Amino acid sequence: MFRLLSIEFHKLKNSKSSKILSIIYFVLFCFIALFASIRFNFGSIDFRVADQGIFNFPYIWHFNTYFLAFLKLFLAIVIVSMMSSEYTNRTLKQNLIDGLSKEEFILSKFYSILVFALASTILVFLVSMVLGLIFSDYDEIDIIFSEMEYLPAYFVKLTGFFSLCMFFGILLKRSAFALGFLFLLWIFEGIIQLVVRFQAKSLDFIVDFLPLQSMSNLIVEPITKLSTIKSAASQINPGFEKDYDVSWFGMLIVVVWTLIFVYGSYNLLKRRDL
Amino acid sequence: METILKIDELTKKFGNLVAVDRLSFEIEKGNVYGILGPNGSGKSTTLGMVLNVVNKTSGNFSWFNGNKQTHEALKKVGAIIESPNFYPSMSAEDNLKLVCKIKGVDYSKIDEKLEIVNLLDRKKHSFKSYSLGMKQRLAIASALLNDPEILILDEPTNGLDPQGIHQIREIIKNIAADGMTILLASHLLDEVEKVCSHVVVIRNGVKLYSGLVDQMNATHGFFEVKSNDRIKLEDFLSNHPKIEKFTELEDNLYKAFLDSPYDSQKFNEEAFAKGVIFSHLVQRKDSLEEQFLQLTNQK
Repeated sequence: MFRLLSIEFHKLKNSKSSKILSIIYFVLFCFIALFASIRFNFGSIDFRVADQGIFNFPYIWHFNTYFLAFLKLFLAIVIVSMMSSEYTNRTLKQNLIDGLSKEEFILSKFYSILVFALASTILVFLVSMVLGLIFSDYDEIDIIFSEMEYLPAYFVKLTGFFSLCMFFGILLKRSAFALGFLFLLWIFEGIIQLVVRFQAKSLDFIVDFLPLQSMSNLIVEPITKLSTIKSAASQINPGFEKDYDVSWFGMLIVVVWTLIFVYGSYNLLKRRDL
Repeated sequence: METILKIDELTKKFGNLVAVDRLSFEIEKGNVYGILGPNGSGKSTTLGMVLNVVNKTSGNFSWFNGNKQTHEALKKVGAIIESPNFYPSMSAEDNLKLVCKIKGVDYSKIDEKLEIVNLLDRKKHSFKSYSLGMKQRLAIASALLNDPEILILDEPTNGLDPQGIHQIREIIKNIAADGMTILLASHLLDEVEKVCSHVVVIRNGVKLYSGLVDQMNATHGFFEVKSNDRIKLEDFLSNHPKIEKFTELEDNLYKAFLDSPYDSQKFNEEAFAKGVIFSHLVQRKDSLEEQFLQLTNQK
């Protein structure tokens, strides 16, 4: 495993675009968190995002994992290009000739996906911890470490998404096509959801099994959970009730998708003549 | 003799097209083999199959008597196919480090092999700044990194300028002189003739000849003869015990094939005794090129 990781890391380390994108990703990550703590002064309006209660433990775990997950697109580009550049430079062929098996090739990519997802999860943890300790109104130990299931959910979500990127990268061999296809899949899932919602209510359960939707289901939007907005919402609609918890079944769906994408990538590679 | 690679009835079909048709041959340690065939004859596909990048349709091949899985065996093989493939933004040294990691070889080999191909002073430069000749030499260094049991070269001089071709050939000759087993695929005859001891000729995926290069050339030669009296000449040729067959090339010019070695002076004397006077007599052998064209033009 370490041999494969060191092979993959050697490739990433020496690729300028991957390096720059990864750095942008991790810098932006910290920047966004910092941004929230800036105090805005527009004449009479004195506003600070951090004072709105979003950095209270344990709410911060939910809030940060939800919003920082959008940045995964940067890493998605890195992953797609690390797959497709192997095709365009024909280095995949050379790797195989040099004695890497197809299985090892896919595994080396998947391991680096796991490392990326893990690094990002650790960063989310650290950033949230620091922001929380600075701004949170509650700082009792058992409150700080409660509701942390959003972190494993975040990890599973990223791993699933990156596996999907890897699969598209292998399937289409060109980064631009793969990213375009990702966008198409997103639109396609949107259409299915609309159709199901308005035309075939009984098929509603299908929606939760779509790859992108199942990933986004893992961490439900945290906005309406915020106390100020929650009270407003319950005035408009007294019956407003939403489940914000991470569902284990939802996690399982994403894990199964991840396995399908990894195995699918392997199978594609195995069947193809290079 | 130790067998390095054994190919048995190997077949590859792309849809209806049969690219390689039940090809069988063996490669033994210490020899230099050439695979000779026109463009599109299935050379690269054959190499692709044994190198794990093209899936075979049927048949078998085994490396080192089949003791190892293909990708494990490939760690003891050095191969370059078609164009040199490396990571463009990495330096030569970093590219070779990566190959070391894959093959499980120590980094200390890198400088040694770069020295052989004369690229040591350029090792810090990125691969994309290299000329085609340098890229190809880097590919050879990369293939040699693990001190392989066999070196496989697919069209190593393709697209190079005369100087580049000369450099590559010198390198190959030096490696061959050290006793390494080499498999060289090429459509260039003189290349094969100069470095190989054994040859496999294929066309449209079918094996036409396999054996020693010398034996491919081992007909006993022929006489080219011309005489003004064609009836007497034909009579003489058809009755001569050493002449296997003869054909008329052009007006009164005949090509007479020998079935065993024969002396031209004696041949001339015999003809003169029978009243046949040659106005033209040449004894020679087909060049490898003519042999090859004959082989590949056969239906």
